[in-house]
Amino acid sequence: MLQVQDLRVAYGNIQALHGISLSVAEGEIVTLIGANGAGKSTTLRAISGLVRPRAGKIVFQGQDITRTPAHKIVAMGVGHVPEGRKIFTEMTVQENLELGAYIADPKRFHEDLNAVFERFPRLRERRRQSASTLSGGEQQMLALGRALMLRPKLLLLDEPSMGLSPRLVQEIFEIIVELNRSGTTILLVEQNAAMALSIAHRAYVLETGRVVLDGPAQDLQNHPAVKAAYLGGGQSANG
Amino acid sequence: MEHLLEQTLNGLQLGFVYALIAVGYTMVYGIIKLINFAHGDVFMIGAFVAVFGFTSWGLPWPLAILVAMLACAVLGMGIERLAYRPLRIKGAPRIAALITAIGVSLFIEYFTSLDFVFGSDYRNVPRVLPERRWEIFGVSINNVQVLVLVTVLVLVVFLQLVVYRTKVGKAMRAVSQDMDAARLMGIDVDRIIGFTFALGSALAAAAGALFAMAYPQIHPFMGIMPGLKAFTAAVLGGIGSIPGALLGALVMGQVEVLTAAYLTTDFRDAIAFALLILVLLFRPTGLLGKTAPEKV
Repeated sequence: MLQVQDLRVAYGNIQALHGISLSVAEGEIVTLIGANGAGKSTTLRAISGLVRPRAGKIVFQGQDITRTPAHKIVAMGVGHVPEGRKIFTEMTVQENLELGAYIADPKRFHEDLNAVFERFPRLRERRRQSASTLSGGEQQMLALGRALMLRPKLLLLDEPSMGLSPRLVQEIFEIIVELNRSGTTILLVEQNAAMALSIAHRAYVLETGRVVLDGPAQDLQNHPAVKAAYLGGGQSANG
Repeated sequence: MEHLLEQTLNGLQLGFVYALIAVGYTMVYGIIKLINFAHGDVFMIGAFVAVFGFTSWGLPWPLAILVAMLACAVLGMGIERLAYRPLRIKGAPRIAALITAIGVSLFIEYFTSLDFVFGSDYRNVPRVLPERRWEIFGVSINNVQVLVLVTVLVLVVFLQLVVYRTKVGKAMRAVSQDMDAARLMGIDVDRIIGFTFALGSALAAAAGALFAMAYPQIHPFMGIMPGLKAFTAAVLGGIGSIPGALLGALVMGQVEVLTAAYLTTDFRDAIAFALLILVLLFRPTGLLGKTAPEKV
């Protein structure tokens, strides 16, 4: 479904990605793990068109999208829940979801809105409230719900567990698994490697802009280098 | 007392005109963090087109204003497309865009001063309407004042509807809050920026037309002072905030007119700008500005 070949991205003179290659097959959950600054978010931002790569190629469903503007990539079915959620805090919950459906068929709006409210009942209760009044977990749900309004085929999730309590992290990850079961392919970036590996099919380990390791998530869970570097010596690491 | 009320009315008229210019500054700033210094010159072009409209072309005044608004909407989009968008796409620093804006402003002023364009002479604007005066509670009000006040009110209501009740308005607000998040919603950010320039420029054109009716003299440099005052009003009210720009413009209009009436006309501009400095000292984000305008 998604192929990334030798992706290179630089911010000014700072090279963030030194040639990343990865692929995501339809129906998979693939996770990118790695430390801060490894290039995980940059990879997602390049896929969704928010940053222009210096070199490399990104192909989604057989189409080269390397130079496609972000708003067209969204329209092709790539949803992106960005780092820090980026919800519109000066608008209400409902307005955020309306923006999520900005390019959707208006006839589908109520159906999609109800689907999101059923998945996240808390959003229905707070639909008239300003998004800035939501708790961290609710904001994450809103960011997810907003991306779901377009029924994405591929969902890019950037640190959905950030700043959430272990209980909420659990809840969010259950939702991710559920979304995947109902047919959404997922590319998940996480610092919480233990959680990410526990739900993913495959994983890539990034270090300073390069893929240093990849394979089935189960194998990586037991890989000594991964255990030492990302899984806190085998203990589960939350947050 | 009647004198004061009459001056207040004059201030209101001036403030209303500033308000139409100020919202353009504030919307563009809100969306791309650029002070569009060419905005005052768009106001000037609007004045010229409208005046040509109801003199040379013989249009009725409302139609002349509409033609000026349309022409300037196109002009504003053109400026954005040719001068600012290439810089934005290249990721140029903000100062480069600011200097470009000053360049665009000077270009418009000096190009239109050429003899084969508008020429640098002051032109007198003939009356559009035969003068009528009414006395209301002892205050004299004329039909041009009524025209200015009503037209501005109609346009401000129209602007509110566009920004808060339409899809494109929602997209404008989304882009101004977070451009990347707006892109991820499938919003074509460049189009929304173009639309914002068009909307702001159309309002500036209407302001130019009304200004030419109220203070009937036009020339290619007429946009500088009102542009600067409206910009000041936008900063005074809190740049990026539409209600702030409206409030700031009303304050500027009153301060300017009352200073001229009760102190001396020489101090008019000095006091208006001194007020800006004073407000910013105590409230750096302006009267209605957000306390943390910079997003991280």
